[in-house]
Amino acid sequence: MIIPCPFCGPRDLAEFTYHGDAARAAARPAHGSTDQEAWDRHVYDRRNPAGSHAEIWQHAGGCRSHLRVVRDTRTHEITETTLYAPEVSQ
Amino acid sequence: MAEPFISTPVMAATAQSPIADALLPGEYGNLAIGAQVALSERFGLAICDVCAWPGLETKTANAIKRATGLAVTKRRDAVGEAAQGFQHAPGRWTVIAEDPSLAERLTRAVSANATVVDLAHGRTCLRIAGEAGTSVLAKLFAIDFAEKAFPVAKGLATSHHAVLAQIQRVDAQTFDLLVFRSYARTFFHALTRASEEFGYRIVPPRAGEPET
Repeated sequence: MIIPCPFCGPRDLAEFTYHGDAARAAARPAHGSTDQEAWDRHVYDRRNPAGSHAEIWQHAGGCRSHLRVVRDTRTHEITETTLYAPEVSQ
Repeated sequence: MAEPFISTPVMAATAQSPIADALLPGEYGNLAIGAQVALSERFGLAICDVCAWPGLETKTANAIKRATGLAVTKRRDAVGEAAQGFQHAPGRWTVIAEDPSLAERLTRAVSANATVVDLAHGRTCLRIAGEAGTSVLAKLFAIDFAEKAFPVAKGLATSHHAVLAQIQRVDAQTFDLLVFRSYARTFFHALTRASEEFGYRIVPPRAGEPET
């Protein structure tokens, strides 16, 4: 798989590290919460689509930027890569 | 503004090359048509990383230009007589020079627009030159080394397995490779093995630099 880094251009998958699902997870429970189901939803529940999937990757073996990559989980076709600008939240 | 922190320059008189025991001048490998690659270490260089604060990239590029004379911009890397510079990540430049005052000049020029980290003690600069240079590098890195894709002066960051490397094309047949000092011995070995089929020459250190 080749990922087109917005800064470096197309690079081999080996230069990248997967950093997880870029889709918004269920809301993080309050720090003191003991609601098991709410924590489960926040930590584990993901859409896991067969198809277009937004992901966070780091170009660790190149410019070291974090990227938002939209990848088709069935074909590995990448339709979008942008420098990742995380919202400050939670 | 308070007086900026200026790191201590490399002390060339006492510094030691991490590949001294491997940098044995001579010709090696397949010499049927002579050595087609020359390998050397650019020892004792000043090596700095300049990281612009968000939104201050153009001011930082201009400051690098003032400090070094390099015609770097946000979009263009540069190779000059006394220095070289390239952007290896958004808003981050690697600048190298023979002059040990590089870190101080950059630190004063960028002022509060960027930070300067002196990497001279942590990086080793290797040079590969010759007509088979791109063929050797293509064995080690998944990068297009054709001059159209990788023009003179362009620099980039990539990796050879776990060894991160920054590469700048100095001229059509010459590349400078910056690797972590602690990986330099291993990487130099890989470079020599990759060069064997083309025949390679190890260039002796220049006068004034430590003998190997």
